[in-house]
Amino acid sequence: MSKPVIATTSLAGCFGCHMSLLDIDERILELIELVEFNKSPINDIKKLTKPIDIGIIEGGCCNSENVEVLRYFRENCKTLISFGECAIMGGLPALRNGIPVEECIKEAYLDGPTVQLNKDKVLPNDPELPIILDRVYPCHEVVKIDYYLPGCAPRADFIWEAVVALVTNNEMAVPYEVFKFD
Amino acid sequence: MKERIIEIIHKYHADKTRLMDIMLDIQDECQYIPEECLDILSKELVLSIADIEQTISFYHFFSQKPRGKYQVYINQSAVAYMMGQSDIIEAFEDELGITLGSVTEDGAIGIFGTADIGMNDQEPAILINKRVFTQMTPYRVRQLIDDMKAGKDVKDMAVKAPGSGKNSDPLIDAMVHSNIFRIGPLLANDYKPFDYLKDNLSKIKAESIVEELKKSNLRGRGGAGFPTGLKWDFCRKSSGHDKYVICNADEGEPGTFKDRVILTEMPELVFEGMAIAGYTIDAHYGILYLRYEYKYLETYLNDLLNRMREEHLLGENIAGISGFNFDIRIQFGAGAYVCGEESALIESMLGKRGEPRDKPPFPVEQGYLDQPTAVNNVETFAAVVKILTKGADWFKKLGTADSAGTKVLSISGDCQFPGIYEVEWGITIQDMLDMVGAKKTQAVQVGGPSGTLIGPEDFQRSICYTDLSTGGSMIIFNRDRNLLKDVVRNFMEFFIDESCGSCSTCRIMPAVMLDKLDKILHGKGVKQDIRDLEEWGTVLKASRCGLGQTAGNPIVMSIKNFRHLYNQLLNRDELKYNGFNLEEAIQESCQVVGREPVIDHGHLKNGRERPECKANGTHKPECPDLSGHKDFEHRATNL
Ligand SMILES: Cc1cc2nc3c(=O)[nH]c(=O)nc-3n(C[C@H](O)[C@H](O)[C@H](O)COP(=O)(O)O)c2cc1C
Repeated sequence: MSKPVIATTSLAGCFGCHMSLLDIDERILELIELVEFNKSPINDIKKLTKPIDIGIIEGGCCNSENVEVLRYFRENCKTLISFGECAIMGGLPALRNGIPVEECIKEAYLDGPTVQLNKDKVLPNDPELPIILDRVYPCHEVVKIDYYLPGCAPRADFIWEAVVALVTNNEMAVPYEVFKFD
Repeated sequence: MKERIIEIIHKYHADKTRLMDIMLDIQDECQYIPEECLDILSKELVLSIADIEQTISFYHFFSQKPRGKYQVYINQSAVAYMMGQSDIIEAFEDELGITLGSVTEDGAIGIFGTADIGMNDQEPAILINKRVFTQMTPYRVRQLIDDMKAGKDVKDMAVKAPGSGKNSDPLIDAMVHSNIFRIGPLLANDYKPFDYLKDNLSKIKAESIVEELKKSNLRGRGGAGFPTGLKWDFCRKSSGHDKYVICNADEGEPGTFKDRVILTEMPELVFEGMAIAGYTIDAHYGILYLRYEYKYLETYLNDLLNRMREEHLLGENIAGISGFNFDIRIQFGAGAYVCGEESALIESMLGKRGEPRDKPPFPVEQGYLDQPTAVNNVETFAAVVKILTKGADWFKKLGTADSAGTKVLSISGDCQFPGIYEVEWGITIQDMLDMVGAKKTQAVQVGGPSGTLIGPEDFQRSICYTDLSTGGSMIIFNRDRNLLKDVVRNFMEFFIDESCGSCSTCRIMPAVMLDKLDKILHGKGVKQDIRDLEEWGTVLKASRCGLGQTAGNPIVMSIKNFRHLYNQLLNRDELKYNGFNLEEAIQESCQVVGREPVIDHGHLKNGRERPECKANGTHKPECPDLSGHKDFEHRATNL
C-alpha cells in the first residue's frame, strides 16, 4: 500500500498552526515514513500534483483567494481537516466581523494613526489582488469539513496523535492536557 | 454621595478583594453603579478603572446604567416558559409600554430577563428588588405594576402570600414554597442542631473524621462527585498560613433548587458541617457563597450565624475545644452561572470576574487568597454531619455500591408535584416519574442543561454516579413539548449568555451551534449539519472548565437520544449544506475600493493546476488505497 498523501495550506491564519506542526520536532522523520507530503508551506511545493488523502487547512477565509484555495483543496482531498482556531471559528481575523468592510478598509489605508505614506489616498484595487470578503468565514461555512483540531495553536502532540491515528487506522487516545485550550 | 461611598468602602476596610460586597452595597444605595463611583473606588481600593469595570460588566445584576427604582428580573428558564412566562413578559411590556431589557421613561420600573432563579417548582417566577414573586399571572403583573406606580415598598405589594415551611419566618417573609415531598435521612426531622459539634467533636481527631468520610464513600453533591474525604485530606495536608472552607451555594444549574430549600429549612446542618470541615482541615474561616437570587435569605442566615456566635458555636475555642477558632461569613454573588465552578467562585470572592482558573493548582492547594481551600456543595456539608452522627457503615447501606447515601433531587417540569424529593441513589427514572406523578413523558433532562436528555428507552436506567449522574436537577417534558425549539434552544441560549468568554471554544462554538440548530429548525438543514454539530461538541471539550466542556450537550445529547427529531426536519437537497456565495461576499469591498467585482481565476490557475485525478471521482489505479478510511475517520474524532 502506498503512503497516504498529505497537503497543508495556510489561509487567513498566522502560520502559528504550521509552526506547531513543526514542533513535533524529530518525529517529523517518523512522519515522513508514514505519509507523503504534497503541497505544503513546509516543503514549499506550490501545487497539488496528485489526489490528496488528507488536506490540512490553517486559517479561515478573508479574501477571494482563500476561498479559491479552500475549494481547490476540497475538490482534491478525500478528508479535509480544519486545523486550529481560525480555520474552525475565524479566530483573530474574524474580529473585524461586525464592522462594515468600508470602515475596515478606510482605517487600514486612510485613517489609521500609522497610515503615513498613502498621500494619494489610494485604496488597493489592482485586479491582480485577491478581493476582501464581506466578513471572515470559518472553513466549514465555505466547504464541507470532515474533522476539526482545536487549539490556538493545536499542540504538537495533539497534531501528531491525530495524524498518526488517521493514517495508521488506530484509536486516538489523547488526554485532556494535550488538547485543552490553555 | 461621595461620603456615603467612602463609608461603604471603609465598612469593608478598603479591601479590594471585597469589591463584590462594596458594589452590591453601592447598588443598594444608588440602584446602579454611577460613573462618579469609579474614581472613588479606584483611589480608595488602589485598583484601575478597567479592573473595576471588568468586574461590573461580568455580572448580570451589576449595572452602570440606571435600571429603575423597581428592578424586575424575569426568569428565562425553559420551565418558566413552559409554565407561561411569555404571558408574564407580554403583560409587563403591554402595561408599561416598554420592551424587555429597558426602563420606563420616568426611570421608575425596569424589566429584564435573567437566568434560572432557582424557583422551577413554582414558575412563572420573577424578582423585584431582591424579593421573589412566584406563580405569577398577568393579573398579578397588573397588580404589581399598580403598586409600583403607587411607590409602595416591595414588601407591601398586594401580591403577597405566606411561603411554606420556614419561608414564612418573619426574617424571610417570602412567598416561596419549600415543596418538600419526600424526606430521607438527610432532610429527616430527627436532626438536633449542633449536637455533634457540641458533644462529639472534641472527642474525635481530625484524621479520624477524614477516615470516616473516606470509609463512607461520600462524594460531592455539587455535580462533579469528587470523594469528599479525599478532598479534605488533601486540603489538610496542603501547607498554607491560613486555610478556608467554602460552601458553594451558587446553585446556578437550571432546574436545581435543593440548596435553596436546604438553606431555608435546615441551615444549621450546613453551618455545622462547615464548622466540622474547619476543624478537620484546620481552617479558621468559612464562607458561604450564596447566589444573588437568594438574597432574600440574607437576614435569616445572618441571624443564625449571630446566634451561633452567641452560643460559642462560632468564634474562639468553639465547643470548648481549645484552639478551634472558626467563623463564617456570607459572600453574595451578582448573577453568573459560571461562578458555581469552584475556581471561578474563588475569583469572584476576590472581587474579580468569575473566570475559572487554569488547573492545576487545584483549590485544595491554592484557593482563596492562594491558600488551601475546601470547596463543597451545600448538600455535601449536610451529609457530613449525618455521617459523623450515625456512622459511615450506616451511610454506606443507603444507595448503591458505588453511590452511597441519598440525593436530594429538585424535580420540575411536566409532573403533578414538582418539588424536592430525597431519594436513595439507584432509583430508576421510571420510579422517579411515577413518584412525582408524571404522565406521557417524552423526555427527562438529567443534571440540568449540562447533563443529558433521555427518552423512554432510558427510563429503566438509574440515578447514580456511574449511570445517570446529577447534581440534583431533573426536568420532565411531556409529549406536547417541542424539545428542540422550546428546550434545546433555551439551554443553548443559556450557555451562550453564561460563558465567561475566556476560551474561544466556549465563547464562540455554542453560538455557531445554535445558528446551525436554527438552520435545521427552519427546514434548511442537511445530514452533514448534524455531523458538524456532533463534531463541534467534541471541539468544546478543549475548554478550560465544565461550562465550556458541556455547553454543546443540549444539542449533542438530543442528537444522540432524539435523532429522529432532527431527521424529520432535514432537507434532502444536500446542495444546501452552506449558503456561501463568493460573488455576493465580494460585492461590498469592491464597491469601497472601486473595482469590478470579477474574480480573476487566471492568477490561481497559472500557479496551481488541477492534479491528474480527482479524489472525489472514482479511484484511478495510481490513487493510494484507503479502503479502511471510513473506520479510522471515526476513531480520530474520539477526543
Ligand atoms: C459551570 C459550573 C457550575 C457549577 N455550579 C455549581 C453549583 O452551583 N453548586 C455546586 O455545588 N457546584 C457547582 N459546580 C461544581 C463545582 O465546581 C465543585 O465541583 C463543587 O462545588 C464541589 O463540591 P462537592 O464536591 O461537594 O460537590 C459547578 C461546576 C461548573 C463547571
